Amino acid sequence: MSNGQDGKSFFLDDEEIPFEDGQTIIQAALSAGKYIPHLCYHPEFKPHGSCKLCTVRIDSRTITTEDGQTVKIPGRAAASCTTPAQDGQHVESETPELLDLRRTLVQMLLVEGNHYCPSCEKSGKCMLQGLGYDLGVMSPHFPQYFSKREVDASHPDILLDFNRCILCELCVRASAEVDKKNVFSLSGRGNTKHLICNSESGLLGDTNIAATDKAANVCPVGVILHKRHGFEVPYGQRRFDRAPISDNPVQYAPVKEQV
Amino acid sequence: MMHQFELETARNPEALRRIVIEPVSRVEGHGKVTILLDDDNKVHQVRLHIVEFRGFEKFIEGRPYWEVPVLVQRLCGICPVSHHLAASKAMDMIVGAAQLTPTAEKIRRLMHYGQMLQSHALHFFHLSSPDLLFGFDSDVAQRNIVGVAAANPDVAKKGVLLRKFGQEVIRVTSGKRVHGTGSVPGGVNKPLTPEERDYLLKDADQMVAWSVDAVRIIKQLHRANPGLYDRFGEVESTMMSLVDPSGDLDFYHGALRARDAAGEVMFDQVSYQGYHTLLTEGVKPWSYMKFPYITALGDEKGWYKVGPLARIQNCDRIPTPQAEKERLEFVAHGNGKPMHGSLGFHWARMIEMLCAAETIKTLLLDPDITGADIMTGGPRGYEGIGVIEAPRGTLFHHYRVDDDDLVTYANLIVSTTNNNTAMNVAVRDVARHYLDGRELTEGLLNHIEVAIRCFDPCLSCATHALGKMPLEVELLDAAGILVDRMVKDETGGVRQSLA
Repeated sequence: MSNGQDGKSFFLDDEEIPFEDGQTIIQAALSAGKYIPHLCYHPEFKPHGSCKLCTVRIDSRTITTEDGQTVKIPGRAAASCTTPAQDGQHVESETPELLDLRRTLVQMLLVEGNHYCPSCEKSGKCMLQGLGYDLGVMSPHFPQYFSKREVDASHPDILLDFNRCILCELCVRASAEVDKKNVFSLSGRGNTKHLICNSESGLLGDTNIAATDKAANVCPVGVILHKRHGFEVPYGQRRFDRAPISDNPVQYAPVKEQV
Repeated sequence: MMHQFELETARNPEALRRIVIEPVSRVEGHGKVTILLDDDNKVHQVRLHIVEFRGFEKFIEGRPYWEVPVLVQRLCGICPVSHHLAASKAMDMIVGAAQLTPTAEKIRRLMHYGQMLQSHALHFFHLSSPDLLFGFDSDVAQRNIVGVAAANPDVAKKGVLLRKFGQEVIRVTSGKRVHGTGSVPGGVNKPLTPEERDYLLKDADQMVAWSVDAVRIIKQLHRANPGLYDRFGEVESTMMSLVDPSGDLDFYHGALRARDAAGEVMFDQVSYQGYHTLLTEGVKPWSYMKFPYITALGDEKGWYKVGPLARIQNCDRIPTPQAEKERLEFVAHGNGKPMHGSLGFHWARMIEMLCAAETIKTLLLDPDITGADIMTGGPRGYEGIGVIEAPRGTLFHHYRVDDDDLVTYANLIVSTTNNNTAMNVAVRDVARHYLDGRELTEGLLNHIEVAIRCFDPCLSCATHALGKMPLEVELLDAAGILVDRMVKDETGGVRQSLA
């Protein structure tokens, strides 16, 4: 593989990945067609580093002890969406340890909210569900949290089902950075942290969000839904029916600006 | 005619022995039967109890209306298409779809008739044929579908493949064999492709032929032993079902008709939009399942039965030729009188399966089935009622939706609930005729279950509960001391153990 524009590259699971100065590990990997699981990363927004699905290990080492045994010293764990790529570094992603970690994170997200895929209209195009399948999540594993969250249907075109929020803040960033409306925020701390709407009533219907806004179209799960369109796409034609979430990494890569 | 309340409540229950059949096996869901006997084994009280409760109606509230057809079908794994379509029909009213496009309606009909085929095949071959082919008190180790497969491999094979075909029809129209998403408020989300149509069409004639064979099996059983087959678990009652505007059998849409026990029409072409004034849902303290009755007749006289036996005798005609020929034979068998023996359900059910197979073929040959116009809509509504003839009988879905598109009210009357009183009367009739004064045996108790199975009850639907199949029967003396106990495990093995 040829090096990047700046002649620099790193190794991801022993495969050489070119990158340009300023690119993060995940940006370079996805551009090169190597998938790293993620939920809060989005190519159009500043990295957030909160979901930790994209965690990788950097520069693990192997040493030989005095008695001749070979021991692997794990490299540092880092979110690949916030860590700049560096020339010559060795990055591990598809290791059993990291896959287990990601599987656990997805399981924790699944039990923290009320993710009833069978009746969720986002099923088949939900990134959390897609990752669950990709990582081989076969059971919730953890006890259900059974959180009780109300649905906000006050907006004429958009419905919010807070039961499915994974606090990725993509809608927060989209509304602030792209739509310039600041419709969404997170409130509370720890396990009381939750998504809110920035209106006096707290209702989405009292904000100035529109169905065409970026924030209304960026939710990776089934929180922000366009009303009256559920289940329009039949089985077999939904996004992840056609191919698993990891099938086409380049779709998540940053789009290069035309010169 | 046996009075509906006879044997419902004993005068002195504290002095009687109590026998419990729990759960009832080879039915969908979880129920139990209690029988109170005196020291001479005379039956004083028999009740079919539905003991589970899930409350779908409550947690549908607050959900967006377009989610309901997909959500509500989860209350059943056997006939989810019925709930999927009944909810869709109700939500059609919310989106103002007074008349679906021809393609959408035919796709829904195809889905529904596919379900009718698979559900009836499942019930007849898998659940009931062991009783019918081997005898109600035959060797319990053989009395199951595995026993049928060993003794009658051709019958078992046809049963399995008929069901498979029905499920394939459902998969092609809804996306999945169980719990698909094909029907949406205002239409469907896909038509058939020519390839899908041809895939189903290649087996359609075979399914019709095998359905004819199935009717022949049950017809022969009736003719060989009319004393048993025409009279067992007899429930003389009103019969209610949907019929189309010309009085024909229609599983997908129509208006309500009822005939009295003698076969006289009591009401006809009554719009189901007024079901809540036509019917009242009675309750009893010993069951989670309600007891609906025709309001004008009161709870004592207003109860009725639904399902195949009601439908076949309620309609004036079946619109497919071979099923209509069989219906005429069925009617002729009664010599001018309606059949109320519970085993008649099986015969009627197989005629319906034949009708479903014929209708599937007709729909597959219709060019509309591959049309592109699949959605429609109109002025927004706030209340929707959808009724359909599910495999087990008339199914009512009723919703109210607010300005924000959320459901504020849901009421379901499922097929099995409509048959609640009739099933209780049937088991009391059997208990009185077969158990009264006799020593308890597994075979005798199976007579009770055979009567329940005739109705093909879906107790999961009726109570929204899932059940297990093992059976445990306890015999207690008048003082409540356990004197005998029989246990049937999941494999059908029976062991008797004195306490």
